[in-house]
Amino acid sequence: MTSNDKLRQQSAKLLAVDADGTIRHLPRALLAALFSRGDLVVANDAATLPASLIGTHDATGRPIEVRLAGWVSVHDLRQFAAIAFGGGDHRTRTEDRLPPPPLSPGDRLSLGPLAAVVDQLLDHPRLFRLRFVGDHPTILAGLARHGRPIQYAHVPEPLDLWDIWTSIAADPIAFEAPSAGFALDWRILAACRQRGIGFATLTHAAGISSTGDPLLDLRLPFDEPYVIPEETTVAIAHAQSKRRRIIAIGTTVVRALESAANADGSIRPGTGVARGRIGHETPLRTVDAILTGVHQPGDSHFELLRAFTTEALLGEVSEEVRVHKYHPHDFGDSLLIERPRIAGERRDGPAKGAQTSGQRPPDQTRDTSRPPDRPRR
Amino acid sequence: MPTNIDLNGLRVAVTGGTSGLGLALVRLLTGRGVCVAFVARTAETVKHIANETGAFGIVGDIGHKEGIYPIATQITGYLGGLDALINNASALGPTPLALLADTECEELEQALQVNLVGPFRLTKALFGALAASARGGRGGAVINISSDAAVNAYAGWGAYGASKAALRHMTAIWAEEAKSEGVSFLSIDPGDMDTPLHALAVPGADPTTLKRPEAAAIEIVTVLLAALPTRAAAVTGQP
Repeated sequence: MTSNDKLRQQSAKLLAVDADGTIRHLPRALLAALFSRGDLVVANDAATLPASLIGTHDATGRPIEVRLAGWVSVHDLRQFAAIAFGGGDHRTRTEDRLPPPPLSPGDRLSLGPLAAVVDQLLDHPRLFRLRFVGDHPTILAGLARHGRPIQYAHVPEPLDLWDIWTSIAADPIAFEAPSAGFALDWRILAACRQRGIGFATLTHAAGISSTGDPLLDLRLPFDEPYVIPEETTVAIAHAQSKRRRIIAIGTTVVRALESAANADGSIRPGTGVARGRIGHETPLRTVDAILTGVHQPGDSHFELLRAFTTEALLGEVSEEVRVHKYHPHDFGDSLLIERPRIAGERRDGPAKGAQTSGQRPPDQTRDTSRPPDRPRR
Repeated sequence: MPTNIDLNGLRVAVTGGTSGLGLALVRLLTGRGVCVAFVARTAETVKHIANETGAFGIVGDIGHKEGIYPIATQITGYLGGLDALINNASALGPTPLALLADTECEELEQALQVNLVGPFRLTKALFGALAASARGGRGGAVINISSDAAVNAYAGWGAYGASKAALRHMTAIWAEEAKSEGVSFLSIDPGDMDTPLHALAVPGADPTTLKRPEAAAIEIVTVLLAALPTRAAAVTGQP
């Protein structure tokens, strides 16, 4: 990424839709001002693997790019679901990439220092299960040193790992960056803490976001494993008991939390797998608001927003984004969308300005004894 | 170092893990059941020490910008996170030691790369993992190996002393900033040790007058445990 891209990220814009449907624009650096005391921000702290591997299909000698796209078993580096492309690189739009050489089970691939085998063809010419040859330390070293970040034609300059690790990145199990997390830095997190806004994390193996193949893209996102720490479920229960908002940083957090949600909105800790898409018919049991990037209708990230708000409001958002020239994609600007309040529901609305003191009327603080009878949609 | 504490499951990374103090740390920690990843430049030596200790060996150069994230990926990928980072790898600067007026700019830059900028880059890359460990109640700690040359002005130790002084001050500032995230930052001066680095600096030194790196490693691990809340509780017997 160029230093201009970095600067643009620092001056990124934020469009916020509150529970009443009011749309506002502000600098993303002021994100914390939209949250209130007692709200809980939940982010995905997965670090991202350099999951694009360039090499050769041994049987034909033809070039191949393999993109690791899913775990067979998390942390087991020997096997992955993978997507194959022919020669070329990210500067060609994925839609226009050459098909990979025809793959057969048992075919060997030389991927820099890594040797791999086509273990099993899955049900699409680009999709297969790959098995690395060698022990765990050898595979890890080969991946870390030879792998490149998966990237797309809209960012022509080669990305480095430091471009795709969020500030909070910890365990490298994601294949593409949980990019909503680029909006967070340690200064914003400190500002949240000072204002009594909670912060918790889960680790979700964000998968590949586009394959360039329309049929395959329809199946995205693939199943994604996650782990939710006990302390995060406790923090969520605490915020819920105070009728405060759960704010998800990114679609992966929504997928993990809603996948682990009980009917009453409480969260089961531990490991799980998020399956399927979230869309307008998905009831949100736990998450009240989402911070995400600017995506196109049809994209699974965009479709997920339909669970939060109405078609009409999303239309207004798209228009505002167009008029105000918001930058799309992973390194662009952000949207914060809160689902509408439902009649009788007692939740804090969003703070109305950057100078919010965090003070609330007393009636919003006292109700700690009643169980959270949160309405579902 | 208390010998009765269960260190199983503790995840520690050590740079410069194939000689001197770093090697003593890797041996001590693995001997106590700690999950250790270490970094050093020479593939053959890394393999040898990994085989000897059972630690995960990473070939990399802390002074090389492009190598830092691959190192961080291997550390967190292997350990599944990180509780403590020990920035131990050090460069002496010009050898034999040179007066500053005789020191090449490139020699000073190299000392700064390895002793200051490298630890900064690696710590920054791993800060998310350390903070995650702290949020999970395991604590998080960074120990930066310092020197009395960081505090006192010794003729001939300009590149080393200036870079270690900067590291020491960076550690102090980071300690302030990271307190609220639950990550501890500590500078430790292990004293004059019988190590390859010391032999380079002072070729004629009588080894019997120098501290054994194994003794310094015990002191450092004691400080490390005190900085990690759950382990500190085990040390003092407090819940």
